[in-house]
Amino acid sequence: MTMHYRRWATALLAAALSATAAGAAAETVYHRGNTAEPETLDQHLTSTVYEAHILRDLYEGLTAHDARGEVVPGVAESWEVSDDGLVYTFHLRGDARWSNGEPVVAGDFVYSYQRILNPETGAEYANILYPIRNAEAINTGAIADLDQLGVKALDDRTVEITLNAPTPYFLELLTHQTSLPVYPPAVEAHGAEFVRPGNMVSNGPYMLDEVVINAHIRLVKNPRFHDAESVAIDTVYYYPTEDRSAALRRFQAGELHSNNDVPFEQIPWMRENMPDEFRSAPYLGTYYYALDMREPPLDDVRVRRALSLAIDREFLAEEIMGGTFLPAYSFVPPGINNYGEPVFADFMDMSMLDREDEAAALLAEAGYGPDNPIRLEIRYNTSENHEQIAVAIADMWKPLGIETTLFNTDVATHYAHLRDGGAFDVARAAWIADYNDPQSFLFMLESDNDGFNYAHYDNPEYDALMDQAAQTADLDERAAFLRQAEAIFLRDLPFIPILTYASSNLVSTKVRGWEDNVQDVHPTRYLSLAE
Amino acid sequence: MIAYIVRRLLSAIPTLFVIVTIAFFLIRVAPGGPFDLERPLQATVMANLERMFHLNEPLLTQYWLYLQNILSGDFGPSFIYRDFTVAELILDGLPVSIQLGGCALLLAIGIGVPAGTLAAIRQNSPADHAVMGIAMLGVTIPNFVLAPLLSLVLGVYLQWLPAGGWGGGAIENKILPIVTLAMLQIAVIARLTRGSMLEALRSDHVRTARAYGLPERTVVIVHALRGALLPVVSYLGPAAAALLTGSVVIEVIFEVPGVGRYFVQGALNRDYTLVMGTVVLLASFIVLFNLVVDILYGLLDPRVRYE
Repeated sequence: MTMHYRRWATALLAAALSATAAGAAAETVYHRGNTAEPETLDQHLTSTVYEAHILRDLYEGLTAHDARGEVVPGVAESWEVSDDGLVYTFHLRGDARWSNGEPVVAGDFVYSYQRILNPETGAEYANILYPIRNAEAINTGAIADLDQLGVKALDDRTVEITLNAPTPYFLELLTHQTSLPVYPPAVEAHGAEFVRPGNMVSNGPYMLDEVVINAHIRLVKNPRFHDAESVAIDTVYYYPTEDRSAALRRFQAGELHSNNDVPFEQIPWMRENMPDEFRSAPYLGTYYYALDMREPPLDDVRVRRALSLAIDREFLAEEIMGGTFLPAYSFVPPGINNYGEPVFADFMDMSMLDREDEAAALLAEAGYGPDNPIRLEIRYNTSENHEQIAVAIADMWKPLGIETTLFNTDVATHYAHLRDGGAFDVARAAWIADYNDPQSFLFMLESDNDGFNYAHYDNPEYDALMDQAAQTADLDERAAFLRQAEAIFLRDLPFIPILTYASSNLVSTKVRGWEDNVQDVHPTRYLSLAE
Repeated sequence: MIAYIVRRLLSAIPTLFVIVTIAFFLIRVAPGGPFDLERPLQATVMANLERMFHLNEPLLTQYWLYLQNILSGDFGPSFIYRDFTVAELILDGLPVSIQLGGCALLLAIGIGVPAGTLAAIRQNSPADHAVMGIAMLGVTIPNFVLAPLLSLVLGVYLQWLPAGGWGGGAIENKILPIVTLAMLQIAVIARLTRGSMLEALRSDHVRTARAYGLPERTVVIVHALRGALLPVVSYLGPAAAALLTGSVVIEVIFEVPGVGRYFVQGALNRDYTLVMGTVVLLASFIVLFNLVVDILYGLLDPRVRYE
């Protein structure tokens, strides 16, 4: 870390500093900006990406992500999958240790999965593990006996996990922070306080050293980690850089080596002035507008298609979002695993003029036009970006004779309204994949998905394809079903995909080993700092 | 005097009770709940959470439970920051906020009062215009503009101070937050002092003091300033309560681990228990500082007597 600002400090302070610096000459300290204060460090209660970054440094699951976001062996050094794709047998490495020196055993994983699915834990993300046999029944309280869960320890070094249906993204799922193991004795001894420094026992490359709420979280290298010799950074400071402009200033001042977000309005400036440090890469997230299909005029597919046709996505991505988003012509973002060649909207290559003509024709056919205008309200959660996008889209719809009003509320109100089935016309929403698989997007539109299907889309054909995909072990066949489902989605347009997310990071040129990837995953153990 | 303080503190109890009750129901009238996130939860998971936090019970039962808990000093777990209780979050941040707010307050009084006095004594002089000009700037520049500006100039370009961050509470990390916090208060206090000082300087008792031939210094400090401080003191009561309970803008921009952010985050996240905690905190501070103001009035103004 640069210490320029200490120039003015007293001689005494300077002397004290140089003494510390000399004493710890070999220590490498990484200052990492990380979105916001974690809501929890309990892997079974977390739900956010910024908690995942910290937890990934602290713990290692059966599988893990490498620097490029690919799935690699973690505590499990190898595994076999049964022919029907239902039973996974994991062989744990012999040298996996907890930070207190105890071996990591299969029973720790059994305990951990039982804990997250136990309804008394109140895990926000428990449902991500529902592919495991009996997981849903246990989490909903239908089965009280936790031992019925499809996770078994065959011996200390073998974990067997049985699934409900073939789940091609299962190994990927195990890298999610909710799949990280807890150290059972620490949980038993300290209860909810097992996450505190001094109580936490972890099995990853780092150990929790200090938590100053809203200031920083300090991790130090775990000497007992099986790959400790290749971990180059000794100490990591995670800062809750909630104000992105402030984080940019701290980065410029040399106080942060990296930050995982940027102020949008300064992107052109950053591209110009710090091209080697501003990094943007495609990300598995979609920004979309949900349409309330229950009421006219949006129950008419012609109207929905006209709305989608008229949106100039290139303009939104480039001019409004400064190129940190990409135009979206599909709901499932390109570059996702297990999907083959993605499906795109048929008008992707048409010119805006042709699209506008078709949109006007569709609306006229549906009985709308300048004489019989459509009145729509766009609801969005309060944010400058969402507002600018809504204003631009309202403007693009205007020539079609659509009169648009805007309505914004805070996040909780916005999503509660959608979840409770409140009436709306058009509502802004976004989805970031939990795992690298198209199912993570397409399941939202299943007719029985009460929480996510804001459009109230109900198409038996779509549901049938999703069911078929869920029962299919062969990856290519499964991908074909999913692509058919998305093709139907793009025809019916319950949601209008608008933009694909891109990740934005500020990364100092001193940081080595940083690889941009669609998961935006950057475990500290693969990074190092140049002098 | 002591009886008066005790009586005032006792009368604060029903006030706090009413505030707690109103706040409890108001925050729950707001649409949405603590678990309505950008990524909605599945119904089964939501049901588990609501059961855990008693959100599935009738509102009156929840209110009764909450009252019982706070009477035993338990402000409950935070709904969002699940590793900590509300009491821990607030007690952890409060010393930081008090320290920064207290320094800003001292700075504001230490600079604002003399500057305002000087401006009044030298009314319409260049010194007066300078003080009032700067004070006008201080009042009109909001802290979300001032903070980034100071951080950019002193932190990024000149590198004299850290651009942000708490640095474990090092002095250099506290300077910019304190200065930013103090700026508005310095300006307000200088303007208030000048105004009431001008009035005091023209009052009968000051004219009398001058007629007795008392030295100008005594006239200004003992006779004029004492009375002129009354409006400043009554402004400082609520201002101190606000300053000492932190500022969300300063805390977010400088990554200061204070309690100010909880007022905003708690409400936006529908973190019911945290909102209640901050409400009780701020209400107590306001009650306390109003009492301090009333006591100071007695010291400054001989006409005020405590029964």
